[in-house]
Amino acid sequence: MKKIRIGAGAGFSGDRIEPAVELAEKGHLDFLVFECLAERTIALSHLRKREDPDAGFDPLLSERMHAVLPACRRNGVRVISNMGAANPRAAARETIKIARRLGFHGLRVACIEGDDVLHLKDAFMPFEDQPLPADTTIISANSYLGADALAEALAGGADVVLTGRVADPSLFLAALIHAFGWEKESWDLMGQGTAVGHLLECAGQLTGGYFADPGYKDVPNLDRLGFPLAEVSEDGSALLTKVEESGGLITLQTCREQILYEVLNPSSYITPDVIADFTEIRFEQEAPGAMRVSGAKGKPRPQEYKVSIGVDDGLIAEGQISYAGPGALERAELARQILEKRLARTGSQDLRIDLIGLSSMHGTPPDWPAPYEMRLRTAARFTHEMDAKRLTREVESLYLNGPAAGAGVTVAVRENVAIVPALIARELVNPIISMEVA
Amino acid sequence: MMKLRTIAHTRAGDKGNLVNISVFAYRDEDYATLIERVTEERVSELFREHITRPGTRYCVPNLCGLNFVLQRRPTDSVTRSLRLDAHGKSLSSLMLSLEI
Repeated sequence: MKKIRIGAGAGFSGDRIEPAVELAEKGHLDFLVFECLAERTIALSHLRKREDPDAGFDPLLSERMHAVLPACRRNGVRVISNMGAANPRAAARETIKIARRLGFHGLRVACIEGDDVLHLKDAFMPFEDQPLPADTTIISANSYLGADALAEALAGGADVVLTGRVADPSLFLAALIHAFGWEKESWDLMGQGTAVGHLLECAGQLTGGYFADPGYKDVPNLDRLGFPLAEVSEDGSALLTKVEESGGLITLQTCREQILYEVLNPSSYITPDVIADFTEIRFEQEAPGAMRVSGAKGKPRPQEYKVSIGVDDGLIAEGQISYAGPGALERAELARQILEKRLARTGSQDLRIDLIGLSSMHGTPPDWPAPYEMRLRTAARFTHEMDAKRLTREVESLYLNGPAAGAGVTVAVRENVAIVPALIARELVNPIISMEVA
Repeated sequence: MMKLRTIAHTRAGDKGNLVNISVFAYRDEDYATLIERVTEERVSELFREHITRPGTRYCVPNLCGLNFVLQRRPTDSVTRSLRLDAHGKSLSSLMLSLEI
């Protein structure tokens, strides 16, 4: 049976680069996939593109390409990534430039556009019970494309495929559709391919990242965590492994945690390609550090694409101050009371004041001993910058006007971009493929 | 009394203002205990400060797992939350503190 090997080169925009190089060099890969777009990243990229028409793609694209292209070229590994973000065309141009500089003439770089659906905003439909945002606040709108156009670009001979918003598992599924010639309506294969993609899309989260809990779930050598790869068979089942000498581990536990990561109903994981069903999935250890995954199913894909709308969400102001030693908790509490009174007059919305070290994550736990040091954190939403800066000044003022020995103030005001989901009819969205040769 | 942490491991993920927390038994034979003790009612009570309505539980026997879907407060979506933990990533650890 035909087999192909796909590696996960990144699970987020700022991810470590050397595990991807390790995979390209030693993973015997056919494809290396970089997933680099979080929900909000693309909206922020659109803001950068507004200021500079050649910007708006992943800020680490150049560093990543320089690092991995030599090994990929040497070993015949094809690269797929959403590092195009808000500007796949500029990302492709940049990649071509890098390829030429490295002397990789003939390298074919495909660019997939068409996910930008801002001009179609009148056709958006609400996602579940979430109302559409006001027109005036919309910054960007990108629909999650599926695997189809990426598979087509691979069939056209692309060595590197760069896209913007594509559903994360589709980046991986595209390679499988292309390599095995899977029919797009073989729903169980789409479901199983999507399961493999979903397991790999967060890279280190399958190999022991986001997992270690000393004494309960120990993970060796997290400082040199290896990223995962899947050796996928034509029937969709896959062997999940990593480069042998790398850090981390792949076990039944890491696989189970990752297959349900960011999943709501496990029998209906919705992507543009399929509605995948993970309830009958099986993980079996085939060798130490090698897990076999099979048994995911699929139902026909949805009629709509999901759209991620970036909206201007005003300003968020934040300030922090620390207290330590005997009475730290009491002084932090006093600072809280002062701030509550002072900030009641600033026109803030949703004011929060939390004590880091005690109650900032889960609320105040019962019967918890007072920690040696406390850090007060306040945050609120504002419409006007003057008001936002008032919050930061109030925190700074706690030095001279607050409880004894307040220390280490930090403050920040940032413009917030929020994401509102929506739906759009599939037939309105047209992926566009273009190819350039270095 | 013991904490869930003794027999199970958890992971939290986010989708908008929904957070999912999966719970898996380390040993197959403890899955029945999870079904019996880690209920929608008890979990919703534990997470009352974070959610707007009772959570939903999905059982996945093949994985010896439960998947809880919790709706966070409207101002607590990943991209809007003022919390230090905007994503709700740390909520998997709150789940481990459940007494079973």
